[in-house]
Amino acid sequence: MATQPVIEKTFCTHCGEQCDEEEILFDDKAFCCEGCKTVYQLLSEHDLCTYYALDDFPGKTISSTIERKRFDYLANPEIEHKLVDFFTENKASITFLIPSIHCTSCVWLLENLQSLDGGVNQSTVNFLKRKVTILFNPAKTSVRNIVELLTTIGYEPDLKLEHLGEKKTTKISRKLWLKLGVAGFSFGNIMLFSFPEYLNMSTSDSVDTFKILFGTLNITLALPVLLYSASDYLKSAWASVSQKGINLDVPISIGILALFGRSLYEILSGTGAGYFDSFTGFIFFLLIGKVVQKKTFDRLSFDRDYKSYLPISVMRITDGAEVSTPVTNLEIGDSILIRNQELIPVDSLLSSKEAYIDYSFITGEVEPVKVSKGEVVFAGGKVSGSNAEMIVTKNVEHSYLTQLWENEAFSSASEEKVVTNFADRISPIFTFTVITIAIISCIVWLNIDPTRAFTIFTAVLIVACPCALALSTPFTLGSAVNILSLNGLYSKSTQVVESLSKTDIIVFDKTGTITESSKSTLVFKGNKLSDDEKSFIKSACRVSLHPLSKKIATNYPNLSLVDIDDYYEITGKGIFATFNGDSLCVGSKTFLLEQCPNLVGNIESSEQELGSQVHIAIANQYKGYFEFKSEFRAGVDELLVRLKKHFQLFLLSGDNEKEGKELSSFFGGSENMSFNQTPQDKLDFIKALKDKNQSVTMIGDGLNDAGALMYSDFGVAISDDMSSFSPACDAIIEGNKLKEFDRLIDFSKTSIRIILASFGLSLVYNITGLAFAVTGNLSPLVAAILMPLSSISVMVFTTLATRIMAKKRGLKIWA
Amino acid sequence: MGVIFFLIAFSLTVALIFLGAFFWAVKSGQFDDSYTPSVRVLFDNEISHKKNKPLTKKRDA
Repeated sequence: MATQPVIEKTFCTHCGEQCDEEEILFDDKAFCCEGCKTVYQLLSEHDLCTYYALDDFPGKTISSTIERKRFDYLANPEIEHKLVDFFTENKASITFLIPSIHCTSCVWLLENLQSLDGGVNQSTVNFLKRKVTILFNPAKTSVRNIVELLTTIGYEPDLKLEHLGEKKTTKISRKLWLKLGVAGFSFGNIMLFSFPEYLNMSTSDSVDTFKILFGTLNITLALPVLLYSASDYLKSAWASVSQKGINLDVPISIGILALFGRSLYEILSGTGAGYFDSFTGFIFFLLIGKVVQKKTFDRLSFDRDYKSYLPISVMRITDGAEVSTPVTNLEIGDSILIRNQELIPVDSLLSSKEAYIDYSFITGEVEPVKVSKGEVVFAGGKVSGSNAEMIVTKNVEHSYLTQLWENEAFSSASEEKVVTNFADRISPIFTFTVITIAIISCIVWLNIDPTRAFTIFTAVLIVACPCALALSTPFTLGSAVNILSLNGLYSKSTQVVESLSKTDIIVFDKTGTITESSKSTLVFKGNKLSDDEKSFIKSACRVSLHPLSKKIATNYPNLSLVDIDDYYEITGKGIFATFNGDSLCVGSKTFLLEQCPNLVGNIESSEQELGSQVHIAIANQYKGYFEFKSEFRAGVDELLVRLKKHFQLFLLSGDNEKEGKELSSFFGGSENMSFNQTPQDKLDFIKALKDKNQSVTMIGDGLNDAGALMYSDFGVAISDDMSSFSPACDAIIEGNKLKEFDRLIDFSKTSIRIILASFGLSLVYNITGLAFAVTGNLSPLVAAILMPLSSISVMVFTTLATRIMAKKRGLKIWA
Repeated sequence: MGVIFFLIAFSLTVALIFLGAFFWAVKSGQFDDSYTPSVRVLFDNEISHKKNKPLTKKRDA
């Protein structure tokens, strides 16, 4: 074999991929494929080459987009109107989710779309949400044109069935900001007007007029805080009480009302200046806690269902012509065409001769399944290999894939999963204790000095208001969620961190979770192959469309190809090829025995087939077979060993048990492993564990785990590409960070301990405050100092403590 | 002392103006995306402005 000359490696100007096969030169720049060149050409024609100056290799490779997708369906006015935000004759706005937005250049190019399409008026990118909002003139351009343009320049929008549904708004978070603004405004101003009171400047006669003025101003300023900013707490407390429960909002609301009522009474009766400064400050701090807690990961979606998996449209064959049709308009009996790597949107009957369907996302089974004419194919499968024609037998809502979501267990699972957190659990005790102390001290003071009894009663209620208590949970968990996200675990809300900390059982999915779905190693068993033989095999397998032959062909990337003289393939069975007079047989055992009757070698002695084997014979000489083995994720084996010391581990796999032996040592025997599990089986398994009052964490990746993830106490979806689909879950973990999962659980436990410690801290403040209150010494000044002090120290303590603890455990604490 | 009434009224008005500005900022969506503007501010406005940075880059192998 000729050795290849060592050449300097060149990289594509557009995407940075190594130009290994052929190098296309244009404008003195190298490109890896025609697609990348076209993008460059388009951008340079419009003077948009700044794109390449902002970041190194900003593009995504275009060569992987195998077939230019058709967007005919976007011309359908029905779909167009469902996609746009608003639409008038000469002004329209549309928002796309573009998963490939990843760098500064992307933002720049997408915001300069108007140079590429004159009909676009303005485009605005939201980087974190990976969304672009485009204002355009429908008279000059169309949704279809824009989508085609975006796809051409490598930013294909994610157009899925779910986007046709109702649009979500961002109104909620804006409201919180407004409430915070009002509280902050009143807090600042009331503090200013309360200064004379702090400094005890009440000697001269003119002060009385000021007192009335300041009092009125304070009431006016505090009213919007009570009615607007604090409304959520009061509503939540009322809802909780009317359902005969007590959550943390109940003692908070008691405190709020006591503070406000007492202050109002003092000012109106002229007996004092009231505690409006403490009142507004209290609400202000509480709302800051809420803002911290609301921090979500906008670019991740935790509540996806099948709709975000299915395409919007499909090719329907009507009278021999292919017409792009919305999936929802498909009717039973329609004939559809699915291309290589496209998803089957509905259950159908295959009308092509045969096809390979990859169900890995539904079942976890890695190898594509062969389906013959007349057999059923299920929605959610991916066609791999040649195109397939099929006849629709069910509509979208009734397909196999979609039915999982209609399962009763699924809908009840979401309702049941209300996390009761620690703060809520101690609230009843706390509330009753406070009320008891208030009543006792009131009774005691009735005997000592009846005139002050009422004052003392309200003072106790005010000072015991669990401000610090209410802040410790959101602040600790807020910063815990932050730290977890820096370490690759993105949780849906702060509450779920508590569920994670309680884990006693961890259930793993196999394919895609413990093993990497895309990577499988090819092991050759038998006589050693020479390089010439290998390149012969590579050249022959390259021609075939069968997924296994394709894998074999890519197994030897460094070998050159030979020109095969003769080639024929019996689809689904094997390949026969000749080169330089030698014959090559690649395929199943039966194929080899049929094709080469006088085969020499021990083909019969090879092990029994579990999973896929591809046998090889060259020149009538049996050589051995290829076996496909899925590869462990890096570090997962060590993780399992570490986890096994503290937790009970289970494995649920939709795949067959060929790898059972290898895994059994990690899971403590085969009784902890179940294979050939359907999505329903997985869900039932989790249910059975939960019925025994165990706290279950489930880690999975595919739609087949969706039910189990939903039902478990803490469902983690694993994702290698953060922008790709992941089923509904409580948290998403980056694939390469799974190996540190034990540390993350450990950290979540620490966070709960930090909350307990800060509860202790706030209790100290409460008791100090109570001491002032029951002895009748709670002056507005003491309250004004004690309340913000306790709030701020709790904030500082929790934020620092979580970071120190995270650092001790070797976790990343800064971005 | 009468001047203090004026001052209070004035300071409240100014504070209310700021509160109004904050409301406007929230309502116009300035608090919805806190990241992209930090990237956008670095772009040159002129699209035709070409940089002399070499475009063919070699990556460290």
